[in-house]
Amino acid sequence: MTFTSTKEYVGVPRDSVEHFRGEQLVYIAWHQHLLFAAPFMLCVPPQMTFGDLVHGPLTMLIGPDPDAAAVDWDTVVWTKGGKPFSPDPAKSLAENGIDHKSWLRFETAGLNSLCGV
Amino acid sequence: MSKVFIALQANEETRPVIEAIEADNPHAVVNREPAMVKIDAEHMLTINRESIEELMGRPYDLQELQINLITLSGNMDEDEDSLTLTWNE
Amino acid sequence: MTTTAANSGTTAKTPTAKSGAPGAKLNMKDRYRVMTRDLGWEPTYQSREAIYPYVEYEGIKVHDWDAWEDPFRLTMDAYWKFQAEKERKFYAIVDAHAQNNGHLHITDGRYLSALKIFLQAISPGEYAAHRGFARAGREFAGVGTQVACQMQAIDEIRHAQTQVHALSNYNKFYDGFHAFADARDRMWYTSVPRSFFDDAMSAGPFEFMIAIGFSFEYVLTNLLFVPFMSGAAYNGDLATVTFGFSAQSDEARHMTLGLECIKFMLEQDPDNLPIVQAWIDKWFWRGFRVLGLVSTMMDYMLPKRVMSWREAWNIYGIENGTALFRDLARYGIKPPKGWDDAEQAIDHMSHQFMLAFHQWNFGTSFHTWVPSDEDMDWLSEKYPTTFDRYYRPRWEHIKKLEAAGTPFKNVGLAQLCQTCQLPCVFTEPGDPTTLCHREVEYKGEHYHFCSDGCQDVFDNEPEKFIQSWLPMPHLFQEDLAGSVPDWMQWVGLINDTDNGEYVGSGDEQNFTAWRRQTTSNS
Repeated sequence: MTFTSTKEYVGVPRDSVEHFRGEQLVYIAWHQHLLFAAPFMLCVPPQMTFGDLVHGPLTMLIGPDPDAAAVDWDTVVWTKGGKPFSPDPAKSLAENGIDHKSWLRFETAGLNSLCGV
Repeated sequence: MSKVFIALQANEETRPVIEAIEADNPHAVVNREPAMVKIDAEHMLTINRESIEELMGRPYDLQELQINLITLSGNMDEDEDSLTLTWNE
Repeated sequence: MTTTAANSGTTAKTPTAKSGAPGAKLNMKDRYRVMTRDLGWEPTYQSREAIYPYVEYEGIKVHDWDAWEDPFRLTMDAYWKFQAEKERKFYAIVDAHAQNNGHLHITDGRYLSALKIFLQAISPGEYAAHRGFARAGREFAGVGTQVACQMQAIDEIRHAQTQVHALSNYNKFYDGFHAFADARDRMWYTSVPRSFFDDAMSAGPFEFMIAIGFSFEYVLTNLLFVPFMSGAAYNGDLATVTFGFSAQSDEARHMTLGLECIKFMLEQDPDNLPIVQAWIDKWFWRGFRVLGLVSTMMDYMLPKRVMSWREAWNIYGIENGTALFRDLARYGIKPPKGWDDAEQAIDHMSHQFMLAFHQWNFGTSFHTWVPSDEDMDWLSEKYPTTFDRYYRPRWEHIKKLEAAGTPFKNVGLAQLCQTCQLPCVFTEPGDPTTLCHREVEYKGEHYHFCSDGCQDVFDNEPEKFIQSWLPMPHLFQEDLAGSVPDWMQWVGLINDTDNGEYVGSGDEQNFTAWRRQTTSNS
């Protein structure tokens, strides 16, 4: 269905990357860990390495979950946009193909203290 | 068959209205909730001006109902003598 | 009865309604015709198309505008009479509330959070509806429709005003009420109703009527106003009961208008059916998301509860909605596409939402709290299949962290849905352990959604929804640059006063101290 309008209508996105002062948004969800009510929204530079993202802000954010200390980052399973994803922790977000508003999810099989699985 | 309903504020003005509805619609169920009264009825509900006037002892304009109406459900029709709510199915 | 004859005298001294036999009164149907239809005229020096430029572009075909009839047959003269009566009643009670320490008669200070959400999220919606109906009344080409829209436009501004007046008494004593107008435009949880109304108001007049008149008023407002109003009465809040009643007496007319509008469209031309169905699908889902806010008020914020969100849904959603769509089936209308997903979400949404409010309560202009053991037992009883299994463990863990002096604050901001603008807190239909995630690529950008319903809305109108102003991403854009204090100032939130835990708040301290004064002289 095309947009019903009285004349040709073209929208301009409000959240495109140029509004973010050289940084970008990344969304990250921890599968079956719903103490955190929604996926995290992080605003970070695209030059940041994936390892720094994980061991910095992400590790800090997941701290309140009782499973946090048991997470083994070497074995977690990642997806990006719902597809299998193998990020290189030494490389930057950009080099890993994580662009503005990418959606990542990690699974930690066997850890599910609070979720009623 | 679906249920229609009407809900009115619970106050002195609506007391005779609710009584009249109960009398004219034996199939209706009156639910008294905090500050309001909700009346459910299978298929159809009728509110008659004359029945209300008899209980109030004064002329009554059915549109006065608007002041104390809370909600309703069903296809509505109103003239000076009655207000009806119906579902077709 | 010929109105033209009555007015054709040289001085026209005889008012139309009194013509005929002395003392004869027009019956309701004639009066409605005279006071609506007969006020219209056929234009001569402008075309109808030039006067009503927006009635056709949506594709709705209308052959006979006179087929539109208000079943209440309310005319403007009677309208003013009854509305004046409502206003007199309202202000007498609001004055009495203020004069008699009404702010101390509520069951508990926690109840105020429900009022704050109402004022920030719902009252501005009333004002938006006023603007929308004023516009729709101008754009529709039929007189019956114009008069009905005019009445509703006046009703809606009255609702906004009476709500602000009634709640202003609480603002004299409690925190969090003061910046509702800024909150409406800027706050993350109020951008939900804001985007709902902006979407409706930037649509054509017929879609607007389906959005507000039908989906919101007829299908959904019962869930907002009826149990909420009863809840206010239960919790000793005279002011809110009064504005609720006063507004609700108009709502019955609005619901009727919404239902009439939909029947009118469907009876005018069979080609209107698919357009109307698509709007019902869209606006049911958008309205359902807005009402998510209400689920938390009913299940968590009323100290004394009338019924659970689930029980209210059974009455006003399932029973009433099923009756309505069964009736409309004769036109070929089907229940809204998201109906089954909505039904599944009912047992989860208030818990998902309230857990969200609590972990982000540093950014809410109201207080939250961990439910007491007694409240949790009530929730278990009302939600036997979901609360103990999925939600109690989270509340218990949060309670433990609070007791340990390390309260849980989720300092990571939330991903929002591009369509409804809520944080993506909802789970997959059929799997309450997995967050629902939908994603599409459009013109090289990623867009994310909380549900199939919200993705469908975007897919149908991407050029509209790529423009969504999302409050959380905005925090990181140029003007606020990620500064939370700057954001608080901008949304009108006073830190450590308006926000955070109820226990220990100024509201709690004041409520307790003032209540004690009402029964002692010290």
